[in-house]
Amino acid sequence: MGKNVFVTKYSELPVNLGKTVLVGEKSIALFKLSTGKVYAIENRCPHREGVLAEGMISGEYVFCPMHNWKIGIVDGVVQAPDEGCVSTFPVKIQNDDIFIVIDDLDNPSIKNPDRCVYNESFNK
Amino acid sequence: MPRQKLVLVGNGMAGIHCLEDILKIAPDQFDITVFGDEPYPNYNRIQLSKVLQGDTELEDITLNSWDWYEKNDIRLYPGETVIEIDQDKHLVKTDKNRITPYDKLILATGSNPFVLPLPGADKKGVITFRNIKDCLEIIEYSKSGKDAVVIGGGLLGLESARGLLNLGLNVKVVHISEYLMNRQLDKTASHLLQLQLEKQGMEFLLNKRTVEITGNEYVNGLKFSDGDELKADLVIMAVGIRPNIKLAEENGIPTHRGIIVNDFMETKIPDIYAVGECVEHRERCYGLVAPLYQQGKVLAHHLCGEKTAGYAGSIDSAKLKVSGVDVFSAGQIHELENTKTIKSYDGWGMTYKKILVENGKIKGAILFGDTNESAHLSSLINKQADVEDYLNKEKEKNSETSIVGSLQDDEIICGCNGVDKGTIVQAINEKGLTTVDQVKACTNASRSCGTCKSMVADLLKLTIGDKFDSTKKEEPVCDCTTMTRDEVVSAIRTMGLTNVREVMNVLDWENKEGCSKCRPAINYYLNMVNPIHYADDQESRFVNERMHANIQMNGTYSVVPRMYGGVTNSDELRKIADIADKYHVPMIKLTGGQRIDLLGVDKEDLPKMWKDLNMRSGFAYGKSVRTVKTCVGEKFCRFGTQDSIGMGIKLEKKFEGLNTPHKVKMGVSACPRSCAESGIKDVGVIGVQGGWEIYVGGNGGTKLRTADLLCKVKESEEVLEYAGAFLQYYRENAKYLERTSAWIERVGIEHVRDVLSNKEIRDQLNQRMDEALSPIEDPWASVLANEETQKQLYQKVHVGGNEK
Ligand code: SRM
Ligand SMILES: Cc1cc2nc3c(=O)[nH]c(=O)nc-3n(C[C@H](O)[C@H](O)[C@H](O)COP(=O)(O)OP(=O)(O)OC[C@H]3O[C@@H](n4cnc5c(N)ncnc54)[C@H](O)[C@@H]3O)c2cc1C
Ligand code: SF4
Ligand code: FES
Repeated sequence: MGKNVFVTKYSELPVNLGKTVLVGEKSIALFKLSTGKVYAIENRCPHREGVLAEGMISGEYVFCPMHNWKIGIVDGVVQAPDEGCVSTFPVKIQNDDIFIVIDDLDNPSIKNPDRCVYNESFNK
Repeated sequence: MPRQKLVLVGNGMAGIHCLEDILKIAPDQFDITVFGDEPYPNYNRIQLSKVLQGDTELEDITLNSWDWYEKNDIRLYPGETVIEIDQDKHLVKTDKNRITPYDKLILATGSNPFVLPLPGADKKGVITFRNIKDCLEIIEYSKSGKDAVVIGGGLLGLESARGLLNLGLNVKVVHISEYLMNRQLDKTASHLLQLQLEKQGMEFLLNKRTVEITGNEYVNGLKFSDGDELKADLVIMAVGIRPNIKLAEENGIPTHRGIIVNDFMETKIPDIYAVGECVEHRERCYGLVAPLYQQGKVLAHHLCGEKTAGYAGSIDSAKLKVSGVDVFSAGQIHELENTKTIKSYDGWGMTYKKILVENGKIKGAILFGDTNESAHLSSLINKQADVEDYLNKEKEKNSETSIVGSLQDDEIICGCNGVDKGTIVQAINEKGLTTVDQVKACTNASRSCGTCKSMVADLLKLTIGDKFDSTKKEEPVCDCTTMTRDEVVSAIRTMGLTNVREVMNVLDWENKEGCSKCRPAINYYLNMVNPIHYADDQESRFVNERMHANIQMNGTYSVVPRMYGGVTNSDELRKIADIADKYHVPMIKLTGGQRIDLLGVDKEDLPKMWKDLNMRSGFAYGKSVRTVKTCVGEKFCRFGTQDSIGMGIKLEKKFEGLNTPHKVKMGVSACPRSCAESGIKDVGVIGVQGGWEIYVGGNGGTKLRTADLLCKVKESEEVLEYAGAFLQYYRENAKYLERTSAWIERVGIEHVRDVLSNKEIRDQLNQRMDEALSPIEDPWASVLANEETQKQLYQKVHVGGNEK
């Protein structure tokens, strides 16, 4: 079982603007969507490592600010015609507190959606 | 005064058009009744060809809906034939025994297709092509038949042959003359036409006289005078029309080939008039709508007691409505002893042009392959213009837009409906029309055969420029919607929409959340429409514009402080140097825009750095006014004629921070050597002795473009005035992400020059520009003043681990 890591207050997280969360050396992008739901994904685009927290959010997708790849926020899957995946982290909300579930704080291992095939270079 | 009773016999194109004219002139003068033996409201007979060819649906060819009759208080009896006229008692009687009195009676009974009196012509499967019923019948027969034969190689024959091909039949056209469309074309044009149509799959039997139609109950073939035979499951008889004079003839109204009328469309019987194909005027009958509409107009004026010069006859002109073939013919087409011709023939490109001149006047023309000039030539022929007029215009640029541009206001654009250029331009201007369909609805232009559509489109382009994107269907804003930029902007304006989400909702975006393409565009348009009250939508801004810094590939940012005109000083440089040290800036670079760039700054450091710098944002990241580059100018340079630095600074200070469709770069040079590269800037200014030249639409980026000269001015103030007006016009009309260079290419510099040459328009644009500039604040200062924004956008969350 992973550890619940407190990241921020739900009420302080703006809607549709990503938040950069640094867990050790890993950068995670946290999103509160217009539905009110919160998701966390690896903050690194499979294309050329663009920072996804800075992307434009459209529904359940984020457009990478570097070259406009469209990435699923819920499942981390890159949308066609591009291919690839980013990792996703479970998010828990208790009262006003948002937690991300992480296995090992120093070296957070990342939950991968089953159907994802990763680039070699990605999970380095 | 009680209304006069007006009865129209014939619910067709000429009669109804005349009623429309009457309603325009005197909507309350008549109590109107219409009889039509077809069971439909007035429809566009011309389009039957298109229906047969599958380009148009029957539902789409109605010209006057049932509603129209109702709205105008017109009593319509569809499917009812008038069979008797009592001249003395002023009554008409129908086949349904309805008796209706009239004060004025108009006969507009059209014509009947001529059926060759051949043995077998009454067999099933032998069809003429005149009305909806025929059209449906042909379509029905085509389902079971395989081989179709069209008798007649004229306009109607060829158009129906094309239709039959589209219906999947083998089509042979039998023609009695040795060449096709012999009434409209000469042999050369006809030969080209035949080649084209053969390529499309038609076969021709020329010089053939049909003597018999064979078969039992149904047709199965044809026999010719030379003994040849031909198999046929379907025969279309398209050998000509005869004015429908039956009713007139049987009721003592004098007829000859048609119902005889004078210049005011009066028959020889008091209170009885006639218009349309049923008419014979000065011994001529007409079979195309343009002359019929002219007749109707004269009659309308006459009946309403308006002055009219009367109808003086028309010159025939014709266009073939077969896609892929462009043929036009007007007026006299055959050479006589005293005619001279101007001809050009390109056997490879298959184009041909012949213009007939008699005593220096243009009398007729044939065009094949390229019919762009048809409207122009028609009007010259109608006016019997001097051939020199034509030749002079010919020397000007030969594009179609310039051709419509060079037409006089009274020249006819839509021959079918007799709509002239002036009327269309006036409607466009007064009613703010932007599409061909709107022009069609307001003026009737292109409502009938549709061949003038491209000219209407060109007129729109010429009149409103960028608001109109030619005949091409405009691209939607993005895949989330089918709406174009103009439609979105006009919806924002007319519906008073105020935020991005509302726009997407109200305009029924397919993708409810929008995408990275449409949202920044909508955000821009909203701001452009309402700069004072619109609250910018952060979420719809691309990262650079949201963060007010350029994001780098590794997620760090670059900082470019404002340096008006590229001018700095030692204090500023020292400060920048110190700050670069303090924040460990990995790279300091001079940019291509004469500014200093501090690259590789962490986003958390941005606000702190701005605070220390205490300089304004250089907007190196924005779709907004970027830099104004300057050269050293008169203060230092031996060639300088003007204070380019001073001018550059003025421009930059004035337009700093302005939202624009794409980035805007400017340059000011003090002589034509143009060291600030004014010739490739969105707005480039060049100082010359005693004044300034203003260039616009230049680009030094992806697609190099030399700027166009907008104007020359004397005073420095005027530079600001023109730059302001230009930028505002660009802001209001360009698509989001369209640089001035692409926009100018699209709308044409002439148009922009035209608009901006008007002082009044310039003043209005500048007024709106001032409005747009008024709420602008320095974004770095705004961020510094707002802790919430700092937190939301620039702070990261740091948790556990070996934090760096
Ligand atoms: C910093 C600078 C290069 C430099 O070090 O000199 C620069 C840097 C960038 N340019 Fe540029 N351009 C810079 C001068 C130019 C110039 C020269 C000029 O302004 O005199 C041009 C050609 C002139 C022109 O635009 O007409 C230029 C044409 C472009 C284009 C192509 C624009 C076009 O319409 O064709 C882009 C792409 C775009 O805007 O879509 C672009 C885009 C970019 C972006 C913003 C790419 C991006 O979206 O991230 C670069 C940011 C790099 C970064 O990491 O900060 N940059 N760029 C220059 C900043 C000028 C300034 O002081 O504000
Ligand atoms: C297939 C086709 C393509 C054509 N293409 C072109 C073209 O490209 N350009 C062009 O300019 N022209 C074209 N024409 C010709 C154009 O359609 C005619 O010139 C025009 O329709 C004639 O108008 P009209 O009102 O005189 O006759 P019509 O439109 O024929 O109207 C006469 C109406 O009167 C009705 N009627 C007759 N007698 C009586 C009666 N006693 N009682 C009640 N009602 C009666 C008829 O049923 C008919 O509906 C085309 C025609 C056809 C058939
Ligand atoms: S030319 Fe401009 S956009 Fe291209 S790499 Fe250089 S700075 Fe970046
Ligand atoms: S790095 Fe994300 S699209 Fe290129």
